[in-house]
Amino acid sequence: MGIEHFIGIDIGSTCAKTVVMDQEGRIVHRMLRPTGWSSVDTALSIREELAGMGITSDNGIVVSTGYGRAAVPFAAKNITEITCHAKGACHIHAADDLTVIDIGGQDTKLIAVSGGQVVDFVMNDKCSAGTGRFLEVMANTLAVTLEDLCELARGGGGASISSMCTVFAESEVIGLIGKGESRENIASAVIDSIVTKVASQAGRLQPAGKVCLTGGLCGFDYLRNRLGKTLRCEVEASPDGRYAGAAGAALCAMQLGLG
Amino acid sequence: MADYRKMWEDLGMDMENHDNLCQVLPTAVGDVFLSQENRPEAMDFWDLVISEVHGIRPAELIEAQKEGRKVFGTFCVYVPDEVVIAANGIVTGLCGGSQFWVPDGEKVLPKSTCPLVKASVGARLGRTCPFFRIADMYVGETTCDGKKKAYEILGEDVPMYIMDVPQMKREKDILKWKDEIAEFAKKVEEFTGNQITPEKLAESIHIINEKRKALARVYNCRKSKCLPISGRDTLLMTQISFFDDPVRCAQMCNRLADELEQRIRDGVSVVSADTKRILVTGTPLAVPNWKLHNIIETSGGAVVCEEMCTGTRYFENLVDETKTTLDEQFMALSERYMKTNCACFTPNTGRIDDILRLAKEYQVDGVIDCSLKFCCLYDTEKYAVSRALKEAGIPVLSLETDYEDADAGQLRTRIGAFIEMLS
Ligand code: SF4
Ligand code: SF4
Repeated sequence: MGIEHFIGIDIGSTCAKTVVMDQEGRIVHRMLRPTGWSSVDTALSIREELAGMGITSDNGIVVSTGYGRAAVPFAAKNITEITCHAKGACHIHAADDLTVIDIGGQDTKLIAVSGGQVVDFVMNDKCSAGTGRFLEVMANTLAVTLEDLCELARGGGGASISSMCTVFAESEVIGLIGKGESRENIASAVIDSIVTKVASQAGRLQPAGKVCLTGGLCGFDYLRNRLGKTLRCEVEASPDGRYAGAAGAALCAMQLGLG
Repeated sequence: MADYRKMWEDLGMDMENHDNLCQVLPTAVGDVFLSQENRPEAMDFWDLVISEVHGIRPAELIEAQKEGRKVFGTFCVYVPDEVVIAANGIVTGLCGGSQFWVPDGEKVLPKSTCPLVKASVGARLGRTCPFFRIADMYVGETTCDGKKKAYEILGEDVPMYIMDVPQMKREKDILKWKDEIAEFAKKVEEFTGNQITPEKLAESIHIINEKRKALARVYNCRKSKCLPISGRDTLLMTQISFFDDPVRCAQMCNRLADELEQRIRDGVSVVSADTKRILVTGTPLAVPNWKLHNIIETSGGAVVCEEMCTGTRYFENLVDETKTTLDEQFMALSERYMKTNCACFTPNTGRIDDILRLAKEYQVDGVIDCSLKFCCLYDTEKYAVSRALKEAGIPVLSLETDYEDADAGQLRTRIGAFIEMLS
């Protein structure tokens, strides 16, 4: 039996995404699970799940990516999430020139892709400002889900959060709650804050081609629209956007597998 | 390993804390250096020195002090070793490159001080580095604000002399630096009790020039596409050269260069052909700061040159050896030192020229511009550096880091992605 499954596993800080591609580069399976405490355990349970579908090391080849990429013992290779996100986004959006914005749980990356190749990228520093974690903390403070936060924000405006730092911003939000500011206004301020942070990072890149949002937040239309307004361009998203990293890894697996 | 405990006790060191430091160093050396394959044999000298970094050389310095010689500790490549050596003094570098010393530095310095300064102050005040104990006099300089203010604090604990480094490079600044060197010479004469004659100064100028040439020979070998030595090994050589006796340093570097030149003739490389050649530029990497090199060289890259004070800025440009009066010699020294392009100067376009030139000479695939956290000077200069490199079509990655390991994962991702981008 030859290699017919190309598997990309993207172990992010909160979620592990798996994509299986066939020889034509079609995504045939998508799997999502929380990363949990141990990246290795997560990787092993992904392998079990794959085995349950008849995909093993005999007929499949694995490339891992994401912050836990080194923790996938059965991967043929591990490749950084920058390269994989770029490749995956090109595939999903059927374009070779792109600016990829990936707002992840722990870090946010902006990647300029030209002719299918990464030409430049920026990543946030150690701190969680401008990341999914920031939104999560704020949603928790407001006692709503992430989805609700985005929906609430639609109806708000007028309030603002000045601090980029998650810890300080949280106190600001608590302050706003104390002042009796409406949840809508606070939610809107939270979204504004993350959009501003991401846009300022984008200023360090030369945005090229179309701009697309990948990662766990790509389904939040309101966030995407606000991002587009601030960047003065249309920001596209695809339902497969959160699998961009895994899809890119699967494409790398295909390159490896087909020599 | 010889027993240096008695020596350390006599130096008034904090033995308990120092033991902690001694415990982690061998693992770090093993992980970073000994794990490499196919290293040049001549690295055995530096392996030995680093394995007993707080023993071998400090013991030599103490012996020299017993003969009445004075040890001067310095923090910047602008301080001219030649002057000290001409008065039979000894120079040792005093830069802290480990997180181990940072907390002791933070007891007296703001958190927002660069780790190099914090570690240097911490190593003195925490009494956990023999070199900081041994030095009879510290020689500081007016380069960055962090160091200037830190010297005031160190000066309360140890004799401290400050050289006033100009901020610009006009003709009058070069003259001013010459006067500063002359004044420093007087201070050194007074402190050592030895007179500096033109003959002695000519001799020490020659000694240091020979050391520079030897270091340059090793660096020259890294220009070859057949890379005979890793960046980590060269960095170690450079770092130790700040502490070593300059004549022995030149001998050892020449011995290494002999082997490397032979390796190039034999086609012996330490990396595979698809390894990406990286020039690193930015703030100094004081011993034992090997973090950046280690990550680059375990992510598919090889460091082939450092445009740093622990790198080309240390040995490029020689002092004119033809001068015969002290006045002319001080001027020759000033001219050479003022060619060093540090971000403390404005404008500092010479550094950009250097980086572009080195990128070409060392046939690099990409440049990593890395500054220590809270070093506003080099951080600000990144803008001009990356613009110039992009214009020249050379990929560049700008990074900021400190001595902690907390960001190692992030750095690995950025550096890994950068190297993938070069493929
Ligand atoms: S970076 Fe500047 S201040 Fe620091 S050692 Fe080099 S020349 Fe001196
Ligand atoms: S790295 Fe920057 S801040 Fe630190 S001592 Fe050197 S010049 Fe000063």
